[in-house]
Amino acid sequence: MSTETMASDSLELKPGIAGFFDDWSSDQRAFKGVPWGKAMMWIFLVSDTFIFGCFLASYMTVRMSTLEPWPSSSEVFALSFGGAPIPLILIAIMTFVLITSSGTMALAVNYGYRKNKWVTFWLLFATAILGATFVGMQVFEWSKLIFEEGVRPWGNPMGAAQFGSVFFMVTGFHGFHVSIGVIFLFIFSYKVARGHLDDHTPGWFTKRGGNYEEIEILGLYWHFVDLVWVFIFAFFYLW
Amino acid sequence: MDHTADGHEPVVREEEAIQHPLGIYFKIWILLFVLSAMSYAVDYYQVQGYMRWFLILFFMVLKAGLIIAVFMHMVWERLAMVYFILVPPALLLTLVAIGSLEADWTFFQRGVYFLKELVIAAPASPHH
Repeated sequence: MSTETMASDSLELKPGIAGFFDDWSSDQRAFKGVPWGKAMMWIFLVSDTFIFGCFLASYMTVRMSTLEPWPSSSEVFALSFGGAPIPLILIAIMTFVLITSSGTMALAVNYGYRKNKWVTFWLLFATAILGATFVGMQVFEWSKLIFEEGVRPWGNPMGAAQFGSVFFMVTGFHGFHVSIGVIFLFIFSYKVARGHLDDHTPGWFTKRGGNYEEIEILGLYWHFVDLVWVFIFAFFYLW
Repeated sequence: MDHTADGHEPVVREEEAIQHPLGIYFKIWILLFVLSAMSYAVDYYQVQGYMRWFLILFFMVLKAGLIIAVFMHMVWERLAMVYFILVPPALLLTLVAIGSLEADWTFFQRGVYFLKELVIAAPASPHH
């Protein structure tokens, strides 16, 4: 790349819709001023959106086309703490845990950019613990459904057989995403605590030096997991 | 040292990011809690029918919007990236439209061919 194009690129990034056409019609790269890792994460997340979108669309299709009554999630996911069962309470708690973890993650990104190493570490660590709590509650939810309610992917005693297949598929895929996120949150807590991001120490699979931008990229993934849960909560649990 | 997608040093971005005040994150966080509590209340108080659908979708869209806009920093991104992210998923609406057309047809066909089951199961049809 010649110095001439570099200069014109960096000097004139137009705002608004003019900037949109400028960026997309520009030489070589459309995403100006964005770390490439972040652009790649967004591309991954858009593709993941389609995966979950297809799951939810097929869920809608099977649920609308079955003649059998659909099991009431309000009752299936009720729990009683000594007294009368509280409807859907387990899912509500899981939702709050995940939202709390999204908040700590957002703060971790912010403190990362302030290069505040220890606050970033504790926020990331808290996010990881909250994520692990969510997965733990999901394990409880699954085992309750499998062993006590007798729900199987091919049938269940409460109604439409599709309930089980959709439930295991959608929440299983989401839980898998959360689990991967928790692993990376622990890895990055370690990297932050060891100062790898301050010293630009390369990661295990790359020669690129560490940087606090990686926390933002990890944050994008984690918020996406929370985002997917918003849709699952609305469509699967509240419908 | 890192390079950005367009080959520039990432200095500008870091400076920008630092300028996000913390307050907005706390405000959005609280809002998300309130909205979640309200969507749970929809189920707890057994709101039904169109009102249930309206409230569920309303709270869902608000929550998703807040997460994307603020927590995922979308409001601070350039339009070139915003449109690339938000426009393609709109295609999913086409899939939903096709799916619901097909589901209605399947439901009707099953009704015709399994009339007995339909008579038994109709009061608790999955649309309600």
